Amino acid sequence: MSSSAAREKVVTDIPLDQQLLNACAALLLLLSFAMLSQRRIVSLVSLLAVQGAVLAAATLLIAWRTGEGHLYFSAALTIALKVAFLPWLLHRLIRRLQVYWDTEPLLNISATMLTGIVIVVFAFGLAQPITHLASTATRDAIGIAVAVVLLAFLMMITRRKAMSQVIGFLSMENGLFFGAMSATYGMPMVVELGVALDVLVAVLVLGVFFFQIREQFDSLDLHHLERLSERR
Amino acid sequence: MIASLSSPLPDCLALVTAWLAIGIAGLARPRSVRYAGRTLFVVGALVALALAATAVWSLIGGATQSMVLPIGLPDLPFHLRLDPLSSAFLLLLGAAAAGVSLFSAGYFRDSDGMAPGLLCLQYHVFLASMGLVLLANDAYAYMVGWELMALSSYFLVTTQHRIAEIRAAGFIYLLMAHVGALAILLAFGILQGGSWQFTFDAMRAAHLSPAWAAGAFLLALAGFGAKAGLVPLHVWLPEAHPAAPSPVSALLSGVMLKTAVYGMLRVAFDLLGHPVWWWGLVPLAAGLLTALYGVVFAAVQTDMKRLLAYSSIENVGLLFTGLGLAIVFYGTSMPALAALALLATLYHSLNHAAMKSLLFLGTGSVLHATGQRNLGRLGGLIHRMPWVAGLTLVGTLALAGLPPLNGFVSEWLLLQSFLFADQIPRAFVDLLIPLGAAVVALCAALAGYVMVKFYGVIFLGQPRESSLAHAHDCSLLERVGLGWLAALCLALGLAPAQVVSALTPVTRQLTGSATAQGASWWLLAPVPARAVSYAPLLFLLAGAAVVALTVLLVRLFYHRRVRHARPWDCGFGEVSPRMQDTAEGFGQPIRNIFQSFFAIERELPTPFDAAPRYRIAIHDRIWLGIYQPIAGWVRRLADVVAGLQQGRIAAYLLYSFATLVLLLAVVLAT
Amino acid sequence: MRPGPIVAQALEIAVALAAAPLFLGWVNQCRAWLANRGAPSMLLPYRNIRKLFHKDAVLAENASPLFRIAPYIVFGTMVVAAGIIPSLAGRLPLVVAADAIALVGLFATARVFLSLAAMDVGTAFGTLGARREMMIGFLAEPALLMVIFVASLISATTALPAISAHLASERFTIDPSLAFIGVAFTLVLLAENARIPIDNPATHLELTMIHEAMLLEYSARHLALMEWASALRLFNYACIGFALFVPWGIAARDIGPFGLTLSIPVLALKLAAAGGGLAVIETVSAKLRIMRAPEFLASAFLFAVLGLLVHVLLGGA
Repeated sequence: MSSSAAREKVVTDIPLDQQLLNACAALLLLLSFAMLSQRRIVSLVSLLAVQGAVLAAATLLIAWRTGEGHLYFSAALTIALKVAFLPWLLHRLIRRLQVYWDTEPLLNISATMLTGIVIVVFAFGLAQPITHLASTATRDAIGIAVAVVLLAFLMMITRRKAMSQVIGFLSMENGLFFGAMSATYGMPMVVELGVALDVLVAVLVLGVFFFQIREQFDSLDLHHLERLSERR
Repeated sequence: MIASLSSPLPDCLALVTAWLAIGIAGLARPRSVRYAGRTLFVVGALVALALAATAVWSLIGGATQSMVLPIGLPDLPFHLRLDPLSSAFLLLLGAAAAGVSLFSAGYFRDSDGMAPGLLCLQYHVFLASMGLVLLANDAYAYMVGWELMALSSYFLVTTQHRIAEIRAAGFIYLLMAHVGALAILLAFGILQGGSWQFTFDAMRAAHLSPAWAAGAFLLALAGFGAKAGLVPLHVWLPEAHPAAPSPVSALLSGVMLKTAVYGMLRVAFDLLGHPVWWWGLVPLAAGLLTALYGVVFAAVQTDMKRLLAYSSIENVGLLFTGLGLAIVFYGTSMPALAALALLATLYHSLNHAAMKSLLFLGTGSVLHATGQRNLGRLGGLIHRMPWVAGLTLVGTLALAGLPPLNGFVSEWLLLQSFLFADQIPRAFVDLLIPLGAAVVALCAALAGYVMVKFYGVIFLGQPRESSLAHAHDCSLLERVGLGWLAALCLALGLAPAQVVSALTPVTRQLTGSATAQGASWWLLAPVPARAVSYAPLLFLLAGAAVVALTVLLVRLFYHRRVRHARPWDCGFGEVSPRMQDTAEGFGQPIRNIFQSFFAIERELPTPFDAAPRYRIAIHDRIWLGIYQPIAGWVRRLADVVAGLQQGRIAAYLLYSFATLVLLLAVVLAT
Repeated sequence: MRPGPIVAQALEIAVALAAAPLFLGWVNQCRAWLANRGAPSMLLPYRNIRKLFHKDAVLAENASPLFRIAPYIVFGTMVVAAGIIPSLAGRLPLVVAADAIALVGLFATARVFLSLAAMDVGTAFGTLGARREMMIGFLAEPALLMVIFVASLISATTALPAISAHLASERFTIDPSLAFIGVAFTLVLLAENARIPIDNPATHLELTMIHEAMLLEYSARHLALMEWASALRLFNYACIGFALFVPWGIAARDIGPFGLTLSIPVLALKLAAAGGGLAVIETVSAKLRIMRAPEFLASAFLFAVLGLLVHVLLGGA
């Protein structure tokens, strides 16, 4: 099979840093799936932290590769915010609110993961034409970034607890960040800082909300919010 | 290559005609079981053996022969042709029919609802019509054979026509067969390509525009899919197979379903000539869906023959998966890989014919011995029916896809061809098709589940009914029939290199390419570029050596003392056969995991019931969602049309008059 | 055929037979340490097997011949599997007989016979065990097959030694899909060997048993063979894992005395590490309810499928 021989050559030609980057991309996807399959909120937070760490590693790699200084800064920001501060905040919230478990998800875990596979196929298919347009060396990872965003969406859809929704939201942000990085080597610094600030504020506001929601309904289960519908 | 000495086509024709003659001879003494049943069926089995031998001979010769038979309507003679493709399927027909006929000779009794002579006629007409389908070289002869096959099998299915369910099953079968035949007829109509010549030679020569060709392909897929039981056209299959007497079920499932595969191969690769790659995606997707659907439903069945029928649906799905994959490979100019996928399909056709016939015959013996088809009332038959249990075990393990038996070989070939799917030079498709391998793997594993359930509940454990104590083993002829099929399973499993080289002319004929031969006679290595090989004989020898050595060493170093005691009852004291898993119980995990496949109707007893009853019925969502609404519409339409029926002669004359005037007006206008 | 490969083959099987109970003993010892218990001797599994061989076999009155032959078949398949998996050396005579797909088939054969034997006597627990084993099997088998499928796609062959050699030589290209199949393989290994999240190998509570429930009716030499076979299965799975994920130190070409003597200590090292890892996983996780087991295995299957997708996207063109 000449084509397979040719392909093997291609594979070995990929430079090491890109291989590492691909590995990071795959790890991000793996972690997204691990989040989908996880019921415990504590583990979800840990997975989120690990995802942040992988993201930071990927950023560092790209920074080292391209020599773009602002990426080092953005990696540091990622570590500070997504690996250290937000997980700490979430753990604290979990302790204070006493929500260690998610209830039974809307769709059972296997079905969620199966849907996840479909989403991944869709995302990869979607990314194939984009991949050819992008000129960056990291373009293979675009499909994965899209998949991570969509998977986070899926997680937010299928979970009941407000806490897992926030985690889904953060994971989605990770995917977006990674996508931006692989398509264009990162956003301008101003945008990045703005997004980081937004995320921070969002989580803080949501944290306040949690207390309010629980105060009101004695639970963090989101189906209580359905009562707020106008039609009832 | 014209072999002057050999003339396999006339031989085949003579043998097919011999089946017809045997059938008609059965009418001489229609009431005699000894004559029509015992004698003629054995003769029929010999004819089948001769047919299989002729087919092998023709296959090895690799020649193509054709002839014109001046019968039928004037100017419409039967064109016949024997090429490697038809030889391969004639081999399948002969080999499977030999076992089934031998078994039938010992199986049919006077009390089976139909006179033995009549049964003999229909049975052999059924066999002969399948032979005609495989030999036909024009649409006319093909359709005659095809319809004859449908009709004779309809009568065989409704052998016990006094039972209302069986009549209903027969009706659905006949209906689906005709819808399918209509689609095939339309496909032939397109294939002639404006020449109005309905010989296959003319169709090969015709040039179709891509749209028409795709239309013909899809119509053929619908028609043959209906015959093969492709989801969502499968509904007749789980009804008709259990309704028929077991040898007939064996033929329906083992052989008749393969004629549909044959037809599909003939149309896609031979008549259409150059299939476009994306056509293959349709049978591929439908096949994967069918395979999963069939095996999941098989796992929750409680009737042993329905279970096997659903398992047949699964296997048909795998066959169409391989076929679709072959088309995709062929259309993207990878003929060697197309040959590999095609080989998997052909091999699996042969395998399924052997193992499914074997299992259906096994259920026939069980049915005769116990009168039970319900798995919940069987159990422990391995003690009462050691022959049936032993021979059926071979089929069970083969169908579960375990090495070194035959089911594994074709599964292996199919997976090997899937391993190349990522090289398909079409974006997105190279991503999707490898996922098919995951479905195939899942189906193969589920087939193991189904087979453990089938065998374990029927033959192992304790008898669930006291009447089972009187079950008897099958007769000698039945044993011979079962033994022949079990031997086929073993041979197909242990000599894959020989089978592959025998099937090579077929892949060469259809794809112009062939899979490589292994370096040695005991080794199957179809992909020379990759170091993959499978040697079942070596494998079996190693396994047998280890087992024998273990037995020997254990006896040598220790002892062979055995004491017998009652089974461990966990201190409960009373262990009754009712504590074993029922068929429902064994299927419960599948029912839970694949809940969304089924429409489940369940009655649970309350804790305070004095006589608690648990009832569960599992329905097919496709039947409820597609077929019932259609039936409803047809009924409503029929009600509207029934309004025309007035009962008055004047009204009917008025209809005729109006029609006449209308037609005349049309003539005038044109 | 030269005598060298056959001797090497025999040596590999002999090492597997000898090391399998020891590996099981090692895992148990690690578990005991981690749980802060006094550890049993590593040799305990050997003593158990020896003791069982000496006992009189007690068979249920209604056991069929299948019940008596099944332990030999299960044991035999595991021994053949040990001969196929490249634990010490590649390119052995048995390797041409069966590739990785056939290996999965071999495991399936063992499982089917085990389940059939469990159903043979017809007690409630036997059938329960058989049903649960098949439930786990029908999800674990395709997961394992997909793991092997991805590895085969990476190395363009399904022969396990060739896969292993390819992965060992080309390791500088990190294939990201290996991470996925690594996760999937770990989950399958735990489930197929009746380890803790799915089944508790030390349990004596019938209702929660899977593997043990199937063996309830076995005694003496039959039980000894079954126990030995399950130790071999664990060993085999570990060696498949080594062949895929830590493929160094297997004598790929040189199957002379030197290559083999080198690969035995390497294997011992890998086994020690793997046993420790397994004990850690088992100690930190809790047993799942049986209804959650399909979910666990479906995750394994889907992770492997995802690995396939990632391979086609990233590892491919």
